[in-house]
Order: sequence, then C-alpha cells, then structure tokens
Amino acid sequence: MDAIQQSLLEQVAGLHEIPAGAYNIRANGQMAGRNTTANIDIVSKEDRSGIDIRIKPGTKKESVHIPVVLSQSGLKESVYNDFFVGEDCDVTIIAGCGIHNGGDAASEHSGIHRFFIDKNAKVRYVEKHYGSGDGLGERVMNPTTEIHLAEGASLEMETVQIKGIDSTKRVTKAEVAAGASLVIHEKIMTHGKQYAETDFVVNMEGEDSSVNLVSRSVAKERSSQLFKSRIIGNSRCQGHSECDAIIMDEASVSAIPELTANNIDANLIHEAAIGKIAGEQLIKLMTLGLTEKEAEEQIVNGFLK
Amino acid sequence: MRGNMLELKNICFSAEDSSKEIEILKNVSVKIEERFVAVTGPNGSGKSTLAKIVAGILKPDSGQILLDGVDITDLSITERANMGISFAFQQPVRFKGILVKDLLSIALGKDATMAEICEMLSEVGLCARDYVNREVNGSLSGGELKRIEIAMIMARKTKVSIFDEPEAGIDLWSFQNLIRVFEKMYAATNGSILIISHQERILNIADKIILLADGEIRQIGTKDEIMPALLGSGQPCRTLTDKL
Repeated sequence: MDAIQQSLLEQVAGLHEIPAGAYNIRANGQMAGRNTTANIDIVSKEDRSGIDIRIKPGTKKESVHIPVVLSQSGLKESVYNDFFVGEDCDVTIIAGCGIHNGGDAASEHSGIHRFFIDKNAKVRYVEKHYGSGDGLGERVMNPTTEIHLAEGASLEMETVQIKGIDSTKRVTKAEVAAGASLVIHEKIMTHGKQYAETDFVVNMEGEDSSVNLVSRSVAKERSSQLFKSRIIGNSRCQGHSECDAIIMDEASVSAIPELTANNIDANLIHEAAIGKIAGEQLIKLMTLGLTEKEAEEQIVNGFLK
Repeated sequence: MRGNMLELKNICFSAEDSSKEIEILKNVSVKIEERFVAVTGPNGSGKSTLAKIVAGILKPDSGQILLDGVDITDLSITERANMGISFAFQQPVRFKGILVKDLLSIALGKDATMAEICEMLSEVGLCARDYVNREVNGSLSGGELKRIEIAMIMARKTKVSIFDEPEAGIDLWSFQNLIRVFEKMYAATNGSILIISHQERILNIADKIILLADGEIRQIGTKDEIMPALLGSGQPCRTLTDKL
C-alpha cells in the first residue's frame, strides 16, 4: 500500500497500522489485507464484488474494520457487503471510504451494505467518508445501507462526511422489529460546489420499536444539501427525526421530513431547523478575543463534534 | 482608588422602531476612573446600549470612546477584547456542541487544565466535575449559564470588565455569592468593574454610581449622593428590591 492509500486509511478508519481483530482492507478495487477471528468470518462473494461478514451468536466486545481506499483516478466500483450478526452479539463495525483523486476522471465508490441483525444483538456501526486530491476529477460516493433489526436488537450508526466528497447520495432503509432500536447520527459538511443528499426510510414494524435519526450539517460556499427522512409507524412505537443545519455563504439546504402513523399508538416527531450562525454566538466569542473567522470555526467545529 | 480610564465623549446613538427614529443615547459624556462603577436607571434608559457601545457591539452615531487615552471608537469587538475589555451578556448565549471547558478555554486564551477549570467554576459556586463536559446548550439553566458567563469574564482578568445586569436570572443563594464574587474581583485584580444593575446591594459596593434616564446622564456620584434620590424617586422601587 502506498503513502496516499495509507493516509486515506488513517482518515477514514483512524488506522496507523494493521487493526486488531477482524478486518478487510480494499484498495483500488482489490483486497489489500484480511484477517478473520474464531467468531468473525469474512468471505468474498462469488457472484459479485464484495464480502459476507458472519459474526457468531454471542460474540462480545469484538470489532470488524472494513475500510475502502481509492487512489486511482477514474475508478468506478460498486461493492456489496452483507453483515450477518448472530443473536446476543455486542460488536463494533468500522467502515469507511477514502478517495484520493489527483486525475481528471471521476472516481466513484458505491457501497451497498446490508445488516441482518439477529435477536437482542447490539451493533455499533461507524462510517466515515473522506476525499482528497486536487485533480479535476470528481469524487463521488453513494452509500446504501439496508438494516434489518430482529426483536430486541439495536444498531447505533454514526456517519460522518466532513471533507472532499463532491457528490453523495446516501440511502438508508431500515426495518425495525418489536423492542428493537435504531439510532443514527449523521454529520455532514459540504463546501465548494458539493452536493450531498440523504434519504432515510424507516419502517417501524414491531411493538415498542424505536428510532432516533439525528442529522447535523453545515453547508458552506455554494454547496447544497437535501435531507429526506420518512418514518412509518406500523405499530406502537417511538420515532424521532431531527435535521439541524447551519447554512453559510451562498449554500442551500432543503429538509423534507415525513411521518406516517398507521397505528393509533405510533408516536412520531420530527424537528427541522436551518439557519445561519446566530449573530450573538459570533459576538460572544469575539468579545472573548476571537476574530470573526475563528469564532465561526469554533461554532462549526462544536456543532459537528 | 484609580482604575483604568474609560472615557465616553458626546456619544449619540439612535435606533429605528417601526420606521420612527428613537434617540437611545443623547450626547453622553462621562469619565470612568474609579475601580467599581455601577450604571443604573429605569428600563429603557440606555444602560445596555452604553455597555454594548463600549464593547464594540454597537457603533455610536457620533462621539468617541477612549481607553487609557487611546481612541477605540473605530476598533472591532475582537480588537477591544484583546486590548482589555470584557463583556458579560445579560442573556448568556447557548452553543450547540460547544462544551463548558471549550468556552472557558477560549476565555482563558489557552487549553484550560482541569485545575484551572475547577478554579474558575468554583468562584461562581459550580463544581467543575459536574460541568466541565456539559454542552453550553438548553440543558443548562439560565442561572447556570449566567454563572459560567461570569466565570469567563473573571478568568480573563482584563482592564475593564463590564457586567450587564449580572443579577438577572440568578437565584437568591447565588445573589449572595455574586456580591462576594465582585468584592473578590475588586480585591484580587487591578482591573475596573463596570456593572449595570438595578440592585441596591450592588450599588452599595460601588465607588461611583451613574444614573442614566431617558438616554441622558442625570447624576453621577457616590452611593451616599445618589441612593437617597434613587430610593426617593422610587427607582428602583423599594418593595421590588426587597423581594429580589
């Protein structure tokens, strides 16, 4: 792996060296490293590009890293990764994609991740997207996440895209069974002429299922963002979505939250707020000695922390 | 005792209210040389506007502001902050995601250590352990925010510290301590304290009181000179101050 790929790996997975536990590293469309453990197996798909990750029931405190890096300009790939998490597991999955495009052709990575999380299993899923390189070629990422939560299972997903991705369309679909819970924290910052679209669809199928979607984003310069969320309550459930965006310069942000209750005991809430940085916040930090620019950075960094 | 000198010369400020121009400050001139000066007067008399003009948040229509003889009228908020002016807001600002320790670090001008945070927060009766990693958002009460606001100003130890109604939103227990906070600041630093207040007990510890009414300075003097007139005129009302 070369220096550019190493640096991408560090950005998306925080990896300075080979991770502990199970991992699969994909670089420029090829497998660049894999490790399995007694409880976590990783197998390449035969019919298409991607892997199956199988985690044995009862596996606790283990982690899987599956970073992807692209440094070859013009490479376009779709990767299908399926996660089968057994009953009563408690595991962390760290995915992430970094694109360095120093050329003029668009580089594109579409990761299609499916999660089949069995009864009472607990999963923390972290996903980071990052782009670098000064070529004219666009860096495009279109992640699709499909989540099936069995009874009593829970998934906490953190997704972060802070820099360098020119265009992204992120689709997340989930089915939540009785007593299961889904929590998603999304953080996005766009600048330049970037475009980011987020589309959540969550079906609350079982009694006492719950979902909490929280999106915080900052749109700078001439970038634009679209946030869509649909929560459908088909039984007694708790659903909450929140889109909170700071808009700067000539950027634009749209938020389209949608709630559907098909059951009298479905309790669904959405909140959406878009606005510029409050003047009084800037003034407060300036009275503490920061310049307007420094104050702006503090506010944005805090907001996306 | 002499403090740093802040001088306002012929300050005029007007604002628009439903397309009508209202004069908020009318040719205000005052020299503030004492270490502890209180500005009082009825609501709407222009007290907060005066403080914001000193901090650079509002620009006067005309007039001059001098700090130790240097004309700061055209300087930005940041430049004034770095020259030694601090300003505690009447309504503290909330920040999503910014932690108490982040804000205190900004006030201190460096990454605050736990010991420094403990020192700062204990001055205002808060335990650092409970607050250091709290977000400065709606989860903190008005009184807690106000105390953190005061702690930040104390930590800066600047030439001039301005407090806009520090008693507003503070409960009775904290009010007792607030007086002590100002007394301690007075004793421990060389800076000047400028407080906008309606509180008799705060006015009582001031070296000088400026009475502002209707955008003009009505009277400047010691508490013995000003208080009788204030209480006699019902400003601030005795019944009200006793209840606060």
